[in-house]
Amino acid sequence: MNRTGARTGPIARRGLATVAVSLVLAEASGAGAPAAFKAGTFDPPRAAPDFSLQGSDGRELRISGFRGKVVLLAFGYSSCTAVCPVTLATFAQARRKLGAAAAGVQVVYVTVDPERDVPERLKKFLGAFDDTFIGGTGTGAQLASVRKEYGVTAQKIPYQDSYAYSHSSFTYLIDRQGRIRALMPYGHSPDDYVNDLTILLNE
Amino acid sequence: MRARLIVLAAVTGSALASLAWSALAPIRSASRDQIFDIPTGTWARRMSGERIEILPDHIRLTLGVRDILVLRNHDAVPQIFGPTLMMPGQSFRLPFEQAAVYTFSCSAHASGQMTVSVDPYPTTPWAKIGWRAQEFWWHIRLLTAHLLYRYHS
Repeated sequence: MNRTGARTGPIARRGLATVAVSLVLAEASGAGAPAAFKAGTFDPPRAAPDFSLQGSDGRELRISGFRGKVVLLAFGYSSCTAVCPVTLATFAQARRKLGAAAAGVQVVYVTVDPERDVPERLKKFLGAFDDTFIGGTGTGAQLASVRKEYGVTAQKIPYQDSYAYSHSSFTYLIDRQGRIRALMPYGHSPDDYVNDLTILLNE
Repeated sequence: MRARLIVLAAVTGSALASLAWSALAPIRSASRDQIFDIPTGTWARRMSGERIEILPDHIRLTLGVRDILVLRNHDAVPQIFGPTLMMPGQSFRLPFEQAAVYTFSCSAHASGQMTVSVDPYPTTPWAKIGWRAQEFWWHIRLLTAHLLYRYHS
């Protein structure tokens, strides 16, 4: 009994060690498990409502014009001092982390403040974060219509001698087919965006 | 007299055993989803002047146990539900990975916002008892709401 044990013991131990290492590696790599979104996901996804606005690049801005790319669509305004700078800096950082794959990602930022956010101002504001970001503006009615289609809220609030906006702070993730796949609440890290953008880019 | 003592001892023993189980047994859940549904006909009922509150303005979740918020629109019209606009037949699944208090703007509520509190996984005996008591209370409220909805429809 002891001799048999002496012969099979090391083999059994090696076998167990192999299984243990395999399990650890599988766990570490997430093998077998489908990649999970960090954002909230829609099922079934719906087509992103199309719109026509003035782009900060001087051209017409249509969401349908970005088919084939993954789009991060956010709403805000250039005078925002709280939410928007953080969100846009996060996008810029995520794009840098993606490296060459970032070429497949387009950030679209639609203003809620048509009075101040003319195309030139949006271009300058967005360029401070990333030159590839495109802003959209239009008349108050046009922007209100876009917000309604996307379930976005924006409320003008008097502030000192001027005004500010209280607005939705989430970001839509639109896939290459132009479908709204996910909604990322405010405050997620660049790594979370990289995770979800990678999933969509690899589809 | 003796029979009474036996009954009393049995009741006390059961209560203590339940308390010990609540305090020490690990918390497990078959699903990590916390589901909220907009039932069919909600819009029509709202339009007829009925006041229907489906989504509470404060939702509590627990990391590792129930940390995925699932919103489902079974109604025939688009609905603003929590942080998002949902089409008929669409569901929205939002996972949480950090214990914190999250606020979302939500036009479905009079306050204009919805709060989601995500609590850390309960590790201490008192935290486990508290979590189970909350869970029990939550199910009672859910059952009551369901019965009321059925009664009114």
